[in-house]
Amino acid sequence: MSEPAAGTVETGNAVAGTSVHPLTVASGEMPLIRLQGITKTYGEGTTAFQALKGVDLDIHAGDFVAIMGPSGSGKSTAMNTLGCLDRPTTGAYLFQGVRVESLTRDQRARLRRRYFGFVFQGFNLLARTSAQENVELPLIYRGEPAAARHAAAAKALEAVGLKGWEHHMPSELSGGQQQRVAIARAMVTEPAVLLADEPTGNLDTQRSREIMDLLWRLNVDHGITVLMVTHEADMASYARRIVRFVDGVIADDTPNPHPAGLNKPAPAPTPPSKAA
Amino acid sequence: MLLNTLLLALRSIRRNLLRSFLTILGIVIGVSAVITMVTLGNGATLAVQNQISSLGTNLLQVRPGQRMGPGGGGGAAFKEEDAAAISSQIGGIAAVAPEARTGATVVANGRNWTSSVIGSTNDWLITGNWKVGQGREFSDDELRAGSAVCLIGETVRRELFGSAAAVGAQLRVKQVSCEIIGLLASKGQGAFGNDQDDMVLVPIKTLQRRITGNNRVNTLLVSMMDGSDSTRVKASLTQLLRERRKLADTDEDNFNVLDTKQLAETMSGTTKVMTTLLGAVAAVSLLVGGIGIMNIMLVSVTERTREIGLRLAIGALEREVLLQFLIEAVVLASLGGLIGIVLATIASMVLAGVMEVPYLFNPGVNVLSFVFSAAIGVVFGYFPARRAARMDPIDALRHE
Repeated sequence: MSEPAAGTVETGNAVAGTSVHPLTVASGEMPLIRLQGITKTYGEGTTAFQALKGVDLDIHAGDFVAIMGPSGSGKSTAMNTLGCLDRPTTGAYLFQGVRVESLTRDQRARLRRRYFGFVFQGFNLLARTSAQENVELPLIYRGEPAAARHAAAAKALEAVGLKGWEHHMPSELSGGQQQRVAIARAMVTEPAVLLADEPTGNLDTQRSREIMDLLWRLNVDHGITVLMVTHEADMASYARRIVRFVDGVIADDTPNPHPAGLNKPAPAPTPPSKAA
Repeated sequence: MLLNTLLLALRSIRRNLLRSFLTILGIVIGVSAVITMVTLGNGATLAVQNQISSLGTNLLQVRPGQRMGPGGGGGAAFKEEDAAAISSQIGGIAAVAPEARTGATVVANGRNWTSSVIGSTNDWLITGNWKVGQGREFSDDELRAGSAVCLIGETVRRELFGSAAAVGAQLRVKQVSCEIIGLLASKGQGAFGNDQDDMVLVPIKTLQRRITGNNRVNTLLVSMMDGSDSTRVKASLTQLLRERRKLADTDEDNFNVLDTKQLAETMSGTTKVMTTLLGAVAAVSLLVGGIGIMNIMLVSVTERTREIGLRLAIGALEREVLLQFLIEAVVLASLGGLIGIVLATIASMVLAGVMEVPYLFNPGVNVLSFVFSAAIGVVFGYFPARRAARMDPIDALRHE
């Protein structure tokens, strides 16, 4: 049913594949993501609330964008729209040249499982499900065979420094570890874009830095475009570009020439302690 | 994809083992109740049919007295001539046997045994569906003369002779010593739990003249021909006996006629109705079990809203989520059905033993119950599953 759209997306991916390294992106090239005059209105009539009031935004493959702004500024709505979870009321959303706003629910789901990874503030791991199985979840929906799933999940967990923790349940992991499992789950499909909605909101400073280092590595080493909503300037300083929302419009869009993640060593793996 | 969905469903059932068990309890009880009721009902029907057909089909039993059974006395006994009159004056009759009975201790081969001694004719063998296993029937001369000859049932033979030869031996009934001329083939337990093989058959004249000393006939056994109308035969029989017993038009019958075929139909009809009724009640409990599944599935969907939101966000299609919850419900319900079948088999076997009815494995009701429980999973799982599939991933992820 969604084959024509999926086919178009497929061809689009070839473009993304050639532009893995951020620095190779030519300025004249079609951006990975283009928002044009996006508005989003909730409700109808007198109770209607316009969360986005005309947003234009280009994001190139390999970028690391921090989205900031006070509550109610529309940054979460923008994030949901960018993640193809929600449709704009008006405006155009082009993802690799595909008009996302006209896709059906299932077509958007196919797009998400193919190109997007999600990290949430509340981790959202499945309870009573091992770290390994949690990480395998997106691969199940992609129809990967079991052996490939196991291998990919183990690799992703190793990349986030959780080798040896594969069979622990979320309840046996610390918050930082849980978020790392969530990051492993988001990166296991090798997405083009990783959307992180306040990924460090529930963590202390030390754990937050570790998570940010991980996201930084995903961006640099894996060429994954990272879009992150955050309140904290500290965390936003890891991004290459900082976009500020105020009252449903972009108030400020500045490149960050010296991201905090530059020249940092890779995080050391933490083997599971015997006491736990 | 289907296999993966099935695995997901099994995983989620395993994760909530106690709740899963409680969810399917209704189905388990429903299925096992239906199967047990139907199995035992079928067994009871068969038992009743077996017992009644062992009386002889197409048989009318005529006894003096107004009612059947004990306490129904009051009428005078029949005479041997009544049997002859029925046989000659009513059409559609295969055999009529006058029967007189007494209890007596019989002695042979140095052992004794208390048994019932029946006096009748060779027609008694026809009406009672008896076969002579060894030896011969009475001859006409022996019947006319009331000779000292007898046929014995299997129980009497076993108790008195064991492995020794019985035919040709002498058997003493009270003071009369008679020759055993034949053995009756075993018939086993009768309709009322009595041992039908525990009897000695002598010519009716022998019993009347030599043993009891009176000419009473306690029962007339009338065997109808196949296809004859039992209502009509019964009516003419009643009419004839009323005349012979000189009853005025206003008098009530002082005898009663029992139709074994009718009895068989009535009794097996009753057990069938009971089976259907109990089965229906049990089926209602199956329905209640289905509602239980829907209830728990709805709770489960609400409780797992964030999980559903996550699955949708990472790219699960609407139908994949629908299928996941639907399969979960179907797997749960089928599991309940399977456990129910196992429980029902055990319960039916045990109860069949206690109730002394045969255990009949009924593949139809087992398959049907299983299919029905799976169908309940589909029907009652669909609504919660659809609710899960239609969720908005953003709202679902925000759900607390």
